[in-house]
Amino acid sequence: MSPIDENHLHADPGIEAHHPHASAPCAPAPPLQREAARTIFQKGAPGRRAFVCPELDVPHVDVGELLPERFRRRQPPRLPEVSEPEIVRHYVGISKRNYDLDSGFYPLGSCTMKHNPRLHERVAALPGNARLHPLQDAERAQGALELMWSLQEALAEISGLPHVSLQPSAGSHGELAGLLVTRAYHEERGETRHRVLTPDTAHGTNPATVTMAGFEVVKLATNADGGVDIDDLRAKADADVACLMLTNPNTLGLFDPNIAEIAEIVHGVGATLYYDGANLNAVMGLSRPGDMGFDIVHFNLHKSFTQPHGGGGPGSGPIAVSERVAPFLPVPVVGQREDGTYELDFGSGRVGSRTIGRLRGFHGNYGCFVRSYAYIRSLGRDGLRDVSETAVLNANYLLARLRQHGVVEHLPLAYGELCMHEFVLSGGPMKKELKIKTLDLAKRLLDFGFHPPTVYFPLLVDEALMVEPTETETKETLDAFADAVAAILREAAEDPEIALGAPYSTPVRRLDEVAAAKTPIIREVIA
Amino acid sequence: MLAAIGVGSLQEIFERQIPAPVRLGRELDLPDGLPEQDVYEHLRALAQRNTSAEDELSFLGAGMYDHYVPALIDMLMERSEFLTPYTPYQPEISQGGLQVMFEYQTAISELTALPVSNASVYEGPSAVAAAGYLAKLHNDGRTFVVSAGMHPHTIETLRTYAHGFGMDVVEVPLRDGVTDPDAWARAMDADTSAAIFAQPNFYGAVEDAAALSASVRTAVAASFGAEGAGFAAPSDPVVICQVDPITLGVLKAPGECGVDVAVGEGQSLGNRLDFGGPSFGIFAAREEYLRRMPGRIAGETVDVDGRRGFVLTLQTREQHIRREKATSNICTSQALNALAGVVFLTWLGRRGIVELGELLLARTHYAREALAALPGIEKLHEQPVIRELALRLDADVAAVKRRCAQQGVNPGVDVHALSGREEDRGVLLVAVTERRTRADIDRLAEALGAAVAAERQTAGARQTAVTV
Repeated sequence: MSPIDENHLHADPGIEAHHPHASAPCAPAPPLQREAARTIFQKGAPGRRAFVCPELDVPHVDVGELLPERFRRRQPPRLPEVSEPEIVRHYVGISKRNYDLDSGFYPLGSCTMKHNPRLHERVAALPGNARLHPLQDAERAQGALELMWSLQEALAEISGLPHVSLQPSAGSHGELAGLLVTRAYHEERGETRHRVLTPDTAHGTNPATVTMAGFEVVKLATNADGGVDIDDLRAKADADVACLMLTNPNTLGLFDPNIAEIAEIVHGVGATLYYDGANLNAVMGLSRPGDMGFDIVHFNLHKSFTQPHGGGGPGSGPIAVSERVAPFLPVPVVGQREDGTYELDFGSGRVGSRTIGRLRGFHGNYGCFVRSYAYIRSLGRDGLRDVSETAVLNANYLLARLRQHGVVEHLPLAYGELCMHEFVLSGGPMKKELKIKTLDLAKRLLDFGFHPPTVYFPLLVDEALMVEPTETETKETLDAFADAVAAILREAAEDPEIALGAPYSTPVRRLDEVAAAKTPIIREVIA
Repeated sequence: MLAAIGVGSLQEIFERQIPAPVRLGRELDLPDGLPEQDVYEHLRALAQRNTSAEDELSFLGAGMYDHYVPALIDMLMERSEFLTPYTPYQPEISQGGLQVMFEYQTAISELTALPVSNASVYEGPSAVAAAGYLAKLHNDGRTFVVSAGMHPHTIETLRTYAHGFGMDVVEVPLRDGVTDPDAWARAMDADTSAAIFAQPNFYGAVEDAAALSASVRTAVAASFGAEGAGFAAPSDPVVICQVDPITLGVLKAPGECGVDVAVGEGQSLGNRLDFGGPSFGIFAAREEYLRRMPGRIAGETVDVDGRRGFVLTLQTREQHIRREKATSNICTSQALNALAGVVFLTWLGRRGIVELGELLLARTHYAREALAALPGIEKLHEQPVIRELALRLDADVAAVKRRCAQQGVNPGVDVHALSGREEDRGVLLVAVTERRTRADIDRLAEALGAAVAAERQTAGARQTAVTV
């Protein structure tokens, strides 16, 4: 068992006191991390400040003359009163209470936590990008428009669907765009369809989007192999179905071998087939949604194309569509003129001509486009295929390691034999035999210095543990993780209380989420 | 690794899983990969073909603004601990990010004088649409009444969303640069789900937010009295205000004006322009809307040892728990951009936000008077302005902009080109941030005055030629 290193945030000298038998590593904790949490609103002193206002260089006019009294704020907002050094200490201090991808393994299933090359931050920060106003004339933003056009072209090639809108802000925003495109497509043909099919393995955003787009969710069952239950699909696919939303490979990490048949059934009733691109990292350069029969795809640039996650965004969720639904694409898209220059196109040709409209201001999260474009250019055609091949190799290797004696009995693979870029284990036997739940395993992993996998998803797997290692992890890391899981299970066999009480070494231990929801305290009390 | 897996080759893993007909039997048609330094040079060359606010004297605004971003924000946003984690699903190792959300929520509540804020949504216009969805869930009304003083992108976005969830959008025109109060009141009826306006509005004018809010309820109640005899209760319209947070040091807060939900674009708080994104959207509301809010919310609690800590809370609103019954489909939002926002507000501080607001007020006023004094240029309206002003030019705006560009000046946004509205022909929207000094404004006046004069002369000559 590899002990966590001393700089790591997880460390508690008190662990021995908690559990004398615990085999977990322990190291001295830097005192900062266990300091009682104090917010910036509890620091500072009246009159203290960081900002120095530029001088008033225009003639002084009484504020009352510029802004009538009834529009004016009397009590200024009670923002903090702190100096710059205090701000830096405060935020650097609390940053150390975060675990992050640069510090260690982060195998969150369906989240694709791959390395974020720092080149991307550098190029996004170039003044020509960072200080470029979105309403700059096209003639004076040709570099940005060329970049967007090139990204559209690359995403079209990767997905096998010809037309791309970069506008959606994240995956779920792309889903909304896709379903509104679907609605417009049916309306154009004079049809009002009410239902959207989603498998019971779908990401939660799928059914939530269905409702927001004004449709009704119809769940599809999963067959014994972990794919779409074809009989159930045949039974439910009818002329009232607008769309089937699918992830392939799905959230069990399995590629649905019946995809061609599924597409045929869906198209047979006139519905569209929507591809949730959260799992695209498994198939880049290997298989394309467009070739599988999908009409609409969203990409998660913050997953497959390595935008840093920022603790919960920003993301970017472009969509690619087939010719069939291209007139309804959100605008603007970037077009190339005959002379080779670029323009924002608001539906001058067939694409976007019957657009659903905008989904947000301006052109989308351009800063994310810069990073993902840099990524695609760095890797190129071979590199992108290598990404997916290595992601799948890593997942299968880790899966094989977790099928070792001592683990597989307690945490069996839920479906299938091999997997694509991720896999789902069931903690059901572990719960029954070792008396610890998936949640406890996850919390104990924190003491071993790992971010746990996604837990309790997909919902149809009992005590699910969904593991996505990504291509940027080494064999050594995968081995260490497998060893940690094995060690926790061994430990639980001796004394389940250790895992039940975990974690011990983190800045805080298990938190009372029930109390937080019952009596919500969602802002600081300001003195 | 292959031996451990029990396969003979990598190909076998794929062949056993992906049916041959949907396997891509060729290489992707993309360029070859490049070494890091070549990618850098390529991206640098592209960026150099953009004219940024670094390269010209820019007065562009209309939703995004060239405010100064202090250096400490760059430093904090680049820290791995903030840059690279996922959404804080494991609170024990995510206290930093969760505390940032909690502080952000506190700052937004303070700014808006509304008791609840979420941890951010995507950006401004879609925040308005998300607030519309909240209103629909709240009262199941049928129409959104919106002021024509909203940003055109906002109205378009709202229409896109509203079509999905089956709502109508009714626009109320402006009078003297602000929402026409009579038309506003007349537009309200028993079907009104939400009444939505912007403060300041798209044309830079300060609206009478308190009066607009008050008249929504009066008008709905009155219309109900007229048509709704026999119904149980009047509908409960939600008053939604799109705010610009940087003005809230000097402008009365939405919570003090009877607003139910305040939303807005957060870019002016410490976020760069980035050609339009990523930035973040503000979403704050009265207490009663808490359980219908979209997005993440951080809440305070204690751990098993009694230590103060933070968690994502009220998650039963959210898609990953509630699925089709969620109050929104939003998952990933804008945590890193919201971090920049709260650090910026902390940096400005209690006094700074007022001082900055007053500086913007003074400089914008100065700019409006200086520019409107020029021949062929007049104010679009006489309403108070804070950081942006609208002018009507007696000349073609695009041609004027081209002439100014030759002087290295970008005088602002051609409103007609953005909105497509006939009445916006000749309208120039000029943004004045704290980065634009008096000398800059004087230079703008010189360039704009000369350009308008030249265009009028050309147009006059053309006119004469036609007459002759």
